[in-house]
Amino acid sequence: MNENRKKELKKIALNVRKGVIEGTFNAKSGHPGGSLSIADIVTYLYFEKMNVNPENPQDENRDRFVLSKGHTAPALYAALALRGFFPVELIKTLRKPDSILQGHPSMRYTPGVDMSTGSLGQGISVACGMALGAKLKGKDFKVYVPLGDGEIEEGQVWEAAMFAGNRKLDNLVAIVDYNNLQIDGSLDEVNSPYPIKEKFEAFNWNVIEICGHCFDQIEEAFAKADECKGKPTCIVAKTVKGKGVSFMEDKCDWHGSAPNAEQYEQAMAELDAALKELEV
Amino acid sequence: MADVIKCATRDAYGAALKELGERDDILVLDADLAKATKTITFKKAFPDKFIDCGIAEGNMIGVAAGLATTGYTVFASSFAMFAAGRAFEQVRNSVAYPKLNVKIGATHAGISVGEDGASHQCCEDIALMRSIPNMVIINPADDVEAKQAVFAAAEHDGPVYLRFGRLAVPRINAEDYKFELGKGVLLRGGNDVTIVATGLMVNEALIAADELAKEGIEARVINIHTIKPIDKEILVEAAKETGAIVTAEEHSIIGGLGGAVAEALSEEYPVPVVRLGVEDTFGKSGPALELLKIFGLDAQHIAEKAKKAIELKNRI
Repeated sequence: MNENRKKELKKIALNVRKGVIEGTFNAKSGHPGGSLSIADIVTYLYFEKMNVNPENPQDENRDRFVLSKGHTAPALYAALALRGFFPVELIKTLRKPDSILQGHPSMRYTPGVDMSTGSLGQGISVACGMALGAKLKGKDFKVYVPLGDGEIEEGQVWEAAMFAGNRKLDNLVAIVDYNNLQIDGSLDEVNSPYPIKEKFEAFNWNVIEICGHCFDQIEEAFAKADECKGKPTCIVAKTVKGKGVSFMEDKCDWHGSAPNAEQYEQAMAELDAALKELEV
Repeated sequence: MADVIKCATRDAYGAALKELGERDDILVLDADLAKATKTITFKKAFPDKFIDCGIAEGNMIGVAAGLATTGYTVFASSFAMFAAGRAFEQVRNSVAYPKLNVKIGATHAGISVGEDGASHQCCEDIALMRSIPNMVIINPADDVEAKQAVFAAAEHDGPVYLRFGRLAVPRINAEDYKFELGKGVLLRGGNDVTIVATGLMVNEALIAADELAKEGIEARVINIHTIKPIDKEILVEAAKETGAIVTAEEHSIIGGLGGAVAEALSEEYPVPVVRLGVEDTFGKSGPALELLKIFGLDAQHIAEKAKKAIELKNRI
């Protein structure tokens, strides 16, 4: 990836983060922490990697994105809006009664959303079905499924991991958003799923560990996933919850609370300053 | 009297799937119960379109949903206990909420599972499934109806819960019977009381009506194979014309056919509704036919409830 493109993606990711803040501030609720931690990966997938077409969101050959960690919908919505699936102004309607942007993703409300998710652990099973469907139909689309690191405490994740490994679904890529925080505290305080890498490997997955905010590493990881045959890939992406907004970083209190007016101003100012820095 | 043909509705499920298998869009999933759910009949004919998900029903329902998004019509099969019970939330959130084309083939419903006992005798599935928006529920009375119900489910756009039994039950429908989704079937005329039955209780309802006739009571018999959406028209007509209703089902008296009928009539045309089903209790081990008697799921008990309903009607 050349430096110009990398700078471009960084700018888009900052705008995705602004969308997360804009949405959750206006909704007075939502999940900014995990939305900010997955923002760079969502940006890379929607603006660099995935074959999607805002003009034809239901294209049967498109790559699929299943946000298994559905509570981080604000990041997905911001990316979809910036990618042209619906007007950016709609981000302000997040979680409102007549909005197309439900609190958790719904494929029946929002153009570009491939699956309704939100109940943790279910998205990865659906992603397995999509990947198997591609194989049965002889189609070469890929399925990307971000999981929360807390989410993998759900037993269903491991039922799905077993299925995908056994079925050799090498068109399936799971991304664990490894920020080490869940609602009640750090993962090891609550119910440690560690070691993550070895667990997925034991289920016959190809596992790649990266920094989830570094576009070079993100690019390399998804390229390696493409090369891997006969196994699904799990990218364990080390991230910082609340990444990009100083007072939200690495704080589990920002898992599910929205910024107030003052915090909104500060967050937007920080993100705008970062954008300005990239313009230089 | 000619010999009555007996066949389990689960056998009809397997046979119907095999016929449907010629269609390109059909896939069948199971959770390590193919020999019991009879999806093995499909598996033998179409091994490439059969996916065994192993003992992981929640994941199976999710996989079914994912396959459905890629254009397949997916039949996901397990025992009612696990399909509706264990995987309830996957059915709700991954199938019904996005209204995907997943058909849940749930076998071994009710007390007639027999010797396996309470852990496997699911009498709550209709109540569970009925509370989910977008869900259609079909509980066929015999193998003829079961087979056609499977074809109708495949034609329906959206989720369907198909409820089948383990026990071989008497065939009551003629070969040329035409199944119509959402339509109750009037099996016998009568204006003293109406017996509304579903599943294997339909045959018992017909026997009960014969017995009642000997006592001068003319009972109407209606087969409600589609519990959701329920045929309000036929129920209201029966309420108006007979003034007393008995419901009969191999399911808990809470939330099943009895609940659905009582809900519909209480708002449209209130008359006494007496429910026959599994009282608020768990099942137990034993031979299926004995258990049905022990739990009061037979013609004799239907007839008793019918008389109670008439008594209530006369009291009002």
